Amino acid sequence: MNGGMRYTRRKITGHLMFALSLFAALCTVLVLFWILGYVFIKGASGLNLDFFTKLPTPVGVPGGGMANAIVGSIEVVGMAALMAVPIGVATAIYLSEYGRGQLANVVRFTADVLSGVPAIVAGIVAYALVVSSMGRFSAFSGSVALALLMLPIIIRSAEEIFLTVPNTLREASLALGVPKWRTIMKIVIATAGGGLMTGIMLAIARVGGEAAPLLFTAFSNSFWNIRPDQPIATLPVQLFNYAISPYEDWHRKAWAAALVLIFMVLVLNVWAKWYALRNSPKG
Amino acid sequence: MRIGRENSHNEGERAFKGLIMLFSLIVLVIGGLVVYELVSASDLSFKKFGFGFLLGTQWDPVQEVFGALPFIWGTFYTSTLALLLALPVSLGIAIFLTELAPGWLRQPIGFVIELLAAIPSLVYGIWGLFVLAPIFQTYVEPFLGRFSFLPFFTGYPLGLGILTASVIVAGMIVPTISAISREVMYTVPDSQREGGLALGMTRWEVVSKVVVPYSRSGILGAVILGYGRALGETMAVTMVIGNTPKISLSLFEPGYTISSALANEFAEAVSKMHVSALVELGLILFFISIIINTFAKLLLWRMNRGMKVSGV
Amino acid sequence: MADKIYVEGLNAWFGKVQAVFDIDIKVPEKSITAIIGPSGCGKSTFIRCLNRLHEEVPGAWSKGKVLLDGEDVYKPGMDPVLIRGRMGMVFQKPNPFPTMSIKENVVAGVLLNRRMGGAEIDEVAEKYLRLAALWDEVKDKLDKPGVSLSGGQQQRLCIARALAVEPEVLLADEPASALDPISTAKMEDLFTDLKERYTIVVVTHNMQQAARMSDRTAFFLSGKLIEYDETGTIFTNPTHKETEDYVTGRFG
Repeated sequence: MNGGMRYTRRKITGHLMFALSLFAALCTVLVLFWILGYVFIKGASGLNLDFFTKLPTPVGVPGGGMANAIVGSIEVVGMAALMAVPIGVATAIYLSEYGRGQLANVVRFTADVLSGVPAIVAGIVAYALVVSSMGRFSAFSGSVALALLMLPIIIRSAEEIFLTVPNTLREASLALGVPKWRTIMKIVIATAGGGLMTGIMLAIARVGGEAAPLLFTAFSNSFWNIRPDQPIATLPVQLFNYAISPYEDWHRKAWAAALVLIFMVLVLNVWAKWYALRNSPKG
Repeated sequence: MRIGRENSHNEGERAFKGLIMLFSLIVLVIGGLVVYELVSASDLSFKKFGFGFLLGTQWDPVQEVFGALPFIWGTFYTSTLALLLALPVSLGIAIFLTELAPGWLRQPIGFVIELLAAIPSLVYGIWGLFVLAPIFQTYVEPFLGRFSFLPFFTGYPLGLGILTASVIVAGMIVPTISAISREVMYTVPDSQREGGLALGMTRWEVVSKVVVPYSRSGILGAVILGYGRALGETMAVTMVIGNTPKISLSLFEPGYTISSALANEFAEAVSKMHVSALVELGLILFFISIIINTFAKLLLWRMNRGMKVSGV
Repeated sequence: MADKIYVEGLNAWFGKVQAVFDIDIKVPEKSITAIIGPSGCGKSTFIRCLNRLHEEVPGAWSKGKVLLDGEDVYKPGMDPVLIRGRMGMVFQKPNPFPTMSIKENVVAGVLLNRRMGGAEIDEVAEKYLRLAALWDEVKDKLDKPGVSLSGGQQQRLCIARALAVEPEVLLADEPASALDPISTAKMEDLFTDLKERYTIVVVTHNMQQAARMSDRTAFFLSGKLIEYDETGTIFTNPTHKETEDYVTGRFG
């Protein structure tokens, strides 16, 4: 049994397409390793104890580090999480446990719209809300911008996770006479706990690397500062400023900062993936 | 969930529900605030320039003359080019992972795509600035310069410009488009594939004649979402686009997008008019993003629904 | 009558689980052979081994000989695409392509191998829609989507589509189980007409259907072929006790 010319052409087309799609996949893998490789190699040479402990030196003077930026990032992201997580989780509880009808739809729609806000626009909103009224840049305004970005992410992932908690658990609890609110707190949240943490971690990973909304809210600071009402240095903004500067030494530090960011992102994502794989054998 | 009675006489129950509702309403307030702040802060500029703002080509903070056209042009030009570059690669990956790849390869490569999606824009930017731009300046652009009879390849190869920015953004939206396309293609029922196979289709024909047509709405939604992401991309673009408000077809020229203009100028803008004009730029970007994202989500939602309708 | 399909020593697995054990069966040409048996007895798996659809399931594999007109379907180097072009298949749930019209569905397989102009497409579509006893019901709406038809009509559309590539064999995996009684009756009549031109193998869990339609019947149980004989014999005078128990309704 054999085909004819047409058949051979069909086969060749099939093989060609397979090769092309394989090529596309390989290219992306290659690009990932290219980027990661560069960041690791160039960043490693700039990473030393000073990087983590010293303040930046004046313009053009080599040496110093990004200690204040690292602390600043933790503070800004931390405050953002403090604002976004309660609101986000509460809204997710509303959407999955209480909300029926129009109001829930409007809330969900708003969350969807918020998820489409570009990072830089979130910065503008925070600027208009906080920087304008306070009259200066501040860590708090940066947190507001990041919280705006985290909120829709947390709402969506938390709602998804709550929906995976089987109804039978809720029913069992309610049948035992446990009031609804305690059912939610004890059963739903407890069951969803790990997945919830993962969702929050991923949201943090997302905004932790953002510079755009911080450029004109948290701004930057060459010195130590932890006061939320003052401008503060953050790792992404520092990376950006150093990278576009003309100084070799600062370029090295920018790569090092990139390495730190990548490391944080990788760790959080791998952890989230491991957690997800461990908890859903159905794959 | 109507199981169980809501005992609204219970104090704890009411307090809890009240708290939950309060927080959810805060979300609505936030939504309103976002729009309100953008509109009111751009009011000054809007009152002065009106809709001519969209067509104005001059951007002069000193003379306080502001026009958005170069930024709108740059935004759409780079995003469209990025989409054209990203499209075949994204679809190729999606098809490879859902239909053609052997089982053991799927998870690892899928994970690689996820990692690429998680890399912050800044890192793409710094890599583009120090690694890709020099390569483009030394090799790629001179090579493309041979085709300078086309308006796209005229000008002096600088390495920093529209082309580099578009390529970087393309790389950033590939994970987005391919991830959603994969999800969509994954939901095509096996009975459809088997119907094609039983007719004597090759693997590739099953993909191109059965799977892709079946999921075309969803794939389109994925593509549009990717486009939306490209439009809002800030840091990577800012670092490689050259930051010059120019309107030109040439890919070698530097340009400017709405988001990079905001990134560069907002912190230092002094005059109220300047700030207001920048906010108006942000408002434009906001509207474009919302419209595109909503459209994409509509398509994806319709795809989900359509499947339940066409199944027997 | 010559043997169209000659199966020898066919075994099939899903990963480590064996579903079909050592099947030997000869299917005569231009006849209807029914395969009956309780759920899970391997009859679907068996029929999907004939056109090599079984191996498309991840982890599934098989061993043995399946000779189509004397040529082994599982010969090393044999391309399943060619085999499936010679054996058409209809499935339990009708699966017309939703993005194609009725007309486009019918010719979907034909266009793989030859280019056709609009007029030729119309001709081919009409020919096979008539053959599938669907023409009168759809002749005015050929451009409507294939999924806009009722279940029974969709199934006949799938039959037209399968026949359009001019296979020699038609495989049907419980083709009527998703259909209402009237559509089922129409389909059975259709099969009886078709057997003058095609060799038909039908898997069914409906014994009355097998008794009505088929020339020969095979009874499967737990992946093994228990008995294979003329339909009349299987139902009135079976040799094995399990066969008798099944056809008299004692189980399954």
